[in-house]
Amino acid sequence: MYECEINMKKTDNKLAFATARKAVSLAALLVTFGHSSLAQDVDAGAKVFSKCKACHQVGKDAKNKIGPHLNGVFGRSAGSDPVFKYSTSMKRASNDGLIWTDKTLTAFIENPKSLVSKTKMSFRGIKDANQVIALLAYLRTFSDNPSNIPEAEPTAKGTDHDIDPAILAIQGDPEYGEYLASECQTCHRVDGTDAGIPAINGWPIEDFVVSMHAYKGKIRPHPVMQMMAGRLSNEEIAALAAYFEAIE
Amino acid sequence: MNNPINRRVFLNTVTAAAATMFAPAVMADGHKKPRVVVVGGGAGGATAARYIAKDSKGTIDVTLIEPSRSYYTCFFSNLVLGGVRDIQSIAHSYGKMAAGGVNVVHDWAIGVDRDAKIITLAGGGKVPYDKLILSPGIDFIEGAVQGWDTSAQNAMPHAYKAGSQTELLRAQLLAMPQGGTFAMIAPPNPFRCPPGPYERVSMIAHMLKETNPTAKIIIADPKAKFSKMALFQEGWADNYSGMVDWIGADFGGGNVSVNPQDMTVTIDGEVNKVDVCNVIPAMKAGLISDLAGVTEENWAPVNAADMSSKADADIHVLGDACHQGDMPKSGFSANSQAKVCANAVRGALTGSKVFPAKFSNTCWSLIDTNNGVKVGATYEATPEKIAKVDGFISKTGESADVRQSTYEESVGWYAGITSDMFG
Repeated sequence: MYECEINMKKTDNKLAFATARKAVSLAALLVTFGHSSLAQDVDAGAKVFSKCKACHQVGKDAKNKIGPHLNGVFGRSAGSDPVFKYSTSMKRASNDGLIWTDKTLTAFIENPKSLVSKTKMSFRGIKDANQVIALLAYLRTFSDNPSNIPEAEPTAKGTDHDIDPAILAIQGDPEYGEYLASECQTCHRVDGTDAGIPAINGWPIEDFVVSMHAYKGKIRPHPVMQMMAGRLSNEEIAALAAYFEAIE
Repeated sequence: MNNPINRRVFLNTVTAAAATMFAPAVMADGHKKPRVVVVGGGAGGATAARYIAKDSKGTIDVTLIEPSRSYYTCFFSNLVLGGVRDIQSIAHSYGKMAAGGVNVVHDWAIGVDRDAKIITLAGGGKVPYDKLILSPGIDFIEGAVQGWDTSAQNAMPHAYKAGSQTELLRAQLLAMPQGGTFAMIAPPNPFRCPPGPYERVSMIAHMLKETNPTAKIIIADPKAKFSKMALFQEGWADNYSGMVDWIGADFGGGNVSVNPQDMTVTIDGEVNKVDVCNVIPAMKAGLISDLAGVTEENWAPVNAADMSSKADADIHVLGDACHQGDMPKSGFSANSQAKVCANAVRGALTGSKVFPAKFSNTCWSLIDTNNGVKVGATYEATPEKIAKVDGFISKTGESADVRQSTYEESVGWYAGITSDMFG
């Protein structure tokens, strides 16, 4: 119902302003509070997509460029285009069961490394939650079966997956990190070999922390890592991050 | 344990306890450095010895007593049976560990004098200790399978301590007549590597499918269910249809005797002529734990916080030999327990900071080429036991990509844990 009102305002802008001040006020209020319409999101999302255009195409005749085309991305398994050459990290994420949904795309667009540590997508991410919502609304229009997308997801939009800066600011205790790391090094090889199980030595602290929190929050798939991260406190994650960043 | 305040309190308590124990341990008979002796160089013992030597930076004398010069890991030995790996790929020497400061003694420990704190070696030597870590793995309970004892292990191999037994069983399987029968006598709980017998069946089926496709596999099992049962049974039906016949407890699988001379296996009164038979008897803690007097009903009870024996605070018991609670007897578990123990022992002897115990385990199993599955859990120390916190298991019906990824992960883990153990 709100969307109808706002759409009316959009199509008949000047008249609305001149003759129905109350309705305009209500619409303006709603926009201020972030309840923008899908159509508005799509328009805004098309603008946000200009950040992606250097690498990605979407729409009719879209092709894989530096990045894969983004038609039908909703509901698609990560790294599943049969032709595109994905990073090892993206292939792992795919095998771990990463599916592109509102939730995972939001986390990925906010900070690609939170879900795919060594993705080829060298992009810092979009921190503005409204821009992410708009971008996803735009991409959604290029999904083959938009009606199949669960209705529940858009209502969750606006959720900010970004890590609390206070968590990123925790100074880890490297000595505790070394002890905790011995558990990681049963699988992640201390000599930095990246085969079967990824290497994690020399990883920037922030990348380490956002990844572990994505596992802990079960946004990033992998049953072992979700379990291992799930019982680590914020301080323990910081301690591990400090330890692993320092080793080669 | 996730509450940082509780953890700090815990840490302070442990550190204080460590500090009070520190002085007497070193001053007892005036020697310069505290001495740790580790008996058994597998996933528990090798890891503990290496971590204590590495982290104490020369302030603790660490001696490892292990009879074998080449250690063959039990984990991945089923892949050798299946022809997926060769035997050399699971062999490891102790050279790097010696270079890392561990005094490696290739001998059998045959006695523990707990009052004098001295280990006796089969070669006649005596080794004094301040802290003793026992990680002897398993031995078999004599008479557990009627008709079988260690003298029959060439006719009917156990292959549950890897190495020559693994090679023997593989040679017997390769020489089996076309359309012949392989039988496995599975062990009762608790035993080393709960999915091990069933991964073994998978790997033997995998190799027979190629070399001897009309061969049959019979498993006589005293249990009504087993680890990863749904995953294995799905895998057997999908990949080795009609080849595997599992006879569980409900069908008399526990009522078994063998005759190694005649090569017969009698299951619930029915005599089966077999060509190759793998007897995996009931197990108990490695003999030295008995000789040290730290066992109760086959296993050595330990305190979860530091893996110390409930019978002697200066003896720690790791891995398959200990009775600790919820963790399965696995190489991964032993490695995990060793790190907790190493941290506690070093703290007790040098006053270094002791961090709270955290344990984890994952067991990967290979069902067929590139078809891996896994089960795992995390654990914490409670006053009563090592208690499970959280866990997961692979699902039936997973895609080939997921299974391949799981197998590749297991190969990565093998390289990881063996370098963690041996350096």
